[in-house]
Amino acid sequence: MSIEFLVASAVGVLSAAGIYLVLRGRTFPVVLGLAFMSYAINVFLFASGRLVVNQPPIYGKDVAAYTDPLPQALVLTAIVISFGMTALVVVLSLRTFLEAGTDQVDGAGEIDAEAEIAGEGPASDLPVRRDVEAKP
Amino acid sequence: MTLAWIALLPFLGALAPALTIRLGRNACALATGLVTASALALLLSLAPQVMAGEVVSTRVAWFPTLGLNLNFFLDALGLMFAGMILGIGLLVIIYARFYLAKSDPMGRFFAFLLLFQGAMVGIVLSDNILLLLIFWELTSLSSFLLIGYWRHLPEGRQGARMALTITGMGGLSLIGGLLILGQIAGSYDLSVILQSGAAIQASPMYLPALLLILGGCFTKSAQFPFHFWLPHAMAAPTPVSAYLHSATMVKAGVFLLARLWPALSGTEAWFYLVGGVGLVTMVFAAVVALFKDDLKGLLAYSTISHLGMLTFLFGLGTPAAAVAGIFHIINHATFKAALFMNAGIVDHEAGTRDLRKLGGLVTLMPIAATLAVLAGAAMAGIPPLNGFISKEMMLEEAVHSSAFGLPWLIPALVMVGILFSAAYAFRYVVGVYFGPKRESYPAKPHDAPFGMWAPSALLVILAVAIGLAPALVAGPLVNAVAAAVTGGAAGEKHLALWHGFNVPLAMSLAAILGGAILLALHRPAARIWSAIGLPEAKTLFDGTVAAGAGGARDATEGLHNGSLQRYLATILGAAILAAVTGFLSAPYVEGLRPTLAAPGAAIIGWALLIGGTAAVVLGHRQRYLALIFISVIGSIVSLGFVYLSAPDLALTQISVEVVTILLLLLALNLMPKTTPVESSPARRTRDGVLATLGGLGMAGATWALLRREGPPSISEFHWANSYSGGGGTNVVNVILVDFRGFDTFGEIIVLGIAALIIFALLETADRGASGQRLASWEPDQRRSPEHHPMMLVVATRLLLPLASVVGLYIFLRGHNEPGGGFIAGLVVSIALLMQYMASGYAWSNRRLPADHHALIGFGVTVAAVTGLTAMALGAPFLKSAYEYVSIPLIGDVGLSSALAFDIGVAFTVVGAVMLALHHLSGVARRAEKAAPSEYAMDVDPSRTSAPAPTPKPGEGA
Repeated sequence: MSIEFLVASAVGVLSAAGIYLVLRGRTFPVVLGLAFMSYAINVFLFASGRLVVNQPPIYGKDVAAYTDPLPQALVLTAIVISFGMTALVVVLSLRTFLEAGTDQVDGAGEIDAEAEIAGEGPASDLPVRRDVEAKP
Repeated sequence: MTLAWIALLPFLGALAPALTIRLGRNACALATGLVTASALALLLSLAPQVMAGEVVSTRVAWFPTLGLNLNFFLDALGLMFAGMILGIGLLVIIYARFYLAKSDPMGRFFAFLLLFQGAMVGIVLSDNILLLLIFWELTSLSSFLLIGYWRHLPEGRQGARMALTITGMGGLSLIGGLLILGQIAGSYDLSVILQSGAAIQASPMYLPALLLILGGCFTKSAQFPFHFWLPHAMAAPTPVSAYLHSATMVKAGVFLLARLWPALSGTEAWFYLVGGVGLVTMVFAAVVALFKDDLKGLLAYSTISHLGMLTFLFGLGTPAAAVAGIFHIINHATFKAALFMNAGIVDHEAGTRDLRKLGGLVTLMPIAATLAVLAGAAMAGIPPLNGFISKEMMLEEAVHSSAFGLPWLIPALVMVGILFSAAYAFRYVVGVYFGPKRESYPAKPHDAPFGMWAPSALLVILAVAIGLAPALVAGPLVNAVAAAVTGGAAGEKHLALWHGFNVPLAMSLAAILGGAILLALHRPAARIWSAIGLPEAKTLFDGTVAAGAGGARDATEGLHNGSLQRYLATILGAAILAAVTGFLSAPYVEGLRPTLAAPGAAIIGWALLIGGTAAVVLGHRQRYLALIFISVIGSIVSLGFVYLSAPDLALTQISVEVVTILLLLLALNLMPKTTPVESSPARRTRDGVLATLGGLGMAGATWALLRREGPPSISEFHWANSYSGGGGTNVVNVILVDFRGFDTFGEIIVLGIAALIIFALLETADRGASGQRLASWEPDQRRSPEHHPMMLVVATRLLLPLASVVGLYIFLRGHNEPGGGFIAGLVVSIALLMQYMASGYAWSNRRLPADHHALIGFGVTVAAVTGLTAMALGAPFLKSAYEYVSIPLIGDVGLSSALAFDIGVAFTVVGAVMLALHHLSGVARRAEKAAPSEYAMDVDPSRTSAPAPTPKPGEGA
């Protein structure tokens, strides 16, 4: 088994998991799926510099061979950006859940928040209790 | 540079009225007038050179790679138009000062007017057609603001929208046409294009280019069938109509016809399209104008008719016709602007513009009447006024033209046109000023103040002077312009009032006579006209717009049913399909690059990663469990980075991993802990197939990539220059802070913005439905009896200084060894987060009351200042300078300006992470509703009072 095979198959498995999870009907698996896709794509971009063992791109006295530093720099940026994206998406899904009372994203779970608060319409996963007042 | 200033002055000057309006209306008008007057003075200073046949030009490279440059040039055609735009602009400013009511915001009016003026001047001075397009679109936008100036009037708003829709669509068409034209000529410079006439007309793309360009010209110049926006634009204040719809905006289309005349004219397509549309517009609009009862409506259709005549003249394609067109542009601008101002005066002083309520004003408003008689006579083409001469020249060309092999067709149609022109001009003058005096008018009519009639008087004097001595007053300019337009083909033409007894004179006389008869017969003729009942263009337009909007809504609602799954499946399916198609289009060749043998540890790591992934996918319904498994994957990925010579990536990945998991945990606290089974087996099968295909594709692509040598990489350069140029031995870090520092700068801004959005989403979470849900939220998990376990608290407090030192160390070594601002920022953030988790929010926040917004702002500012300092010193943005200094105990440290940049990065990261987690925990505290624990450690030996009571499990307090 070669390192190349391990990395290629890992990218494939991570992508497949990402695709399957983003196609779920709730926000949380979708966030997990996006995280998987970030892993897969970051590793893929990193691999575009080809795989090299024990040759970090750092100057040294006797360093003659080194790996390609550019994909690493790009992937470092990509990791941080995917972090920002994941953080944003998870907070967005939290707020959506609080606002709508459901975390469905399959279009089936449209709940009219106004109607629900007024005591009409179907109850959501996180029902509003009418005996509690929201803080101003 | 003078040229560029002429175009830019009105734009910059647009600020003047906005500022000076606080000093009063006179100061505002004066400031505006001064701006225009200075631009006009600059223009006139260049006039002697241009009249001598010289072409003045200014060239400034802007986007040379796109062919978009700030190239301006001034020839006689540009001089004539710029002179008209600025000269009539000045008169309109004076007029508007007296026209606008006290309640009208004058500063805004003049600011819009100057913006429009700048855009118009820009069009006529541009040497670059891409630049011309920009100014062209600016006229559409600024005229939208001017037409809709009285925003309280629905007609104004509708008229502005309609004008923008029609001229905007024409602008799009023009973009296409001019781009094709530039492609054919091989340059976007007008001076080149005008020399390439033969090549352009021989090109197979000539006809598409012509059609698209004419689409722009005809919409702007209100040619049939795009004419209907102009009458609706009359809802604008009259100074706007006088300016935009007599002298400037609608002439932009005619200007472009004249400008491109050498390159495009002379073909059969040009003759029939331009000449035909112009002729039809001229006749049709003249007939409609006669039956308009609104003064401005009459003038609007008269303008359309005259624009048609100009288009017709340029469409004939002969140099003599072009000369007539050029001459008539000047003449029309003088008498039509005067008449628009006159209509405004009547409206202002008599209180109505309706011809059916007017009449007999000659004794009440003698000055206005005199001016109207003269301007009206010029419009009707009565000698010895300027309108007569250019009309004679037009007739001379028309009687010698033949279309479809019918020599009488064009003269006959032109005859109808001038007949009705004379009739509606008579109707304006007679209908307003003559006939019986009415018993009452909506207002008490009297002559307008001097400032209001003087501008139109000046124009009328010009009209009379040109009529009496055309060769003296207008001759040199017309001849210079004709030479510029036709490239000298027109020759010197002597303008004269009297050409002897000939066919055109006979036609003129017949038209004047017939016009008078038509006026006498107006009442029965109007009855017939209303019986015919032409379709109302506005209804058609509104119907089209409504149908378009409805269609768009139906399509959107049909495709957008709210299911993210459907969209993503479509996108992913399409991507997979595209990839498979690409893959099958060529035979697959196995790569030859040698592979590396995998040691046992790598295989174990791989197995863990596959196992972890399988566990997440299979167990994703148990959300906490899925989070634990996904952290395994992040760890393996960072270990992989370590093994594959990417220490920086490994450090970043592992610290990002920790922060992400913390964030997901905090969010999950308030969300459902499980995912119910909802998808049908068929849906899950479909998703499984998509996932398998996508995964196979990604694996195959990675494999194929890794088995081939890459193309030569630019990394050679980075490796060679990292130490000597960037002063660092860690090439990845030098790329991040120097070579590609701009990327990193953009990235920290993105991170900051993401944090601010998170802030905005969570800060408002306690309002509305979300707030009610938070208020009634109840914990759905068992709570730990220990809030702040002693072990954890002590450990984190001991770790904080250590972690901070590690962070600082990672930060300082970053330039030479793995590390840097990102990782340091994340490490410090994690150390701080641990305090919040262990000792509680209140305790930690009291000790570190940092403003996270300020941290982000500080970080981005430091990074920007570093970059700009490099620029100020003449180096590229973020180019680093460095110096090695020796610090006792630590050794040689590279003090590089990149260090300052990295400080910015680190601060932004800390600020962004802390802001996100701070607000997430804030929402959680609101939901928990429990008072924060009084003590930061459940069991604190140093505390003298009794230990905090231990809450029972499940109480949630």
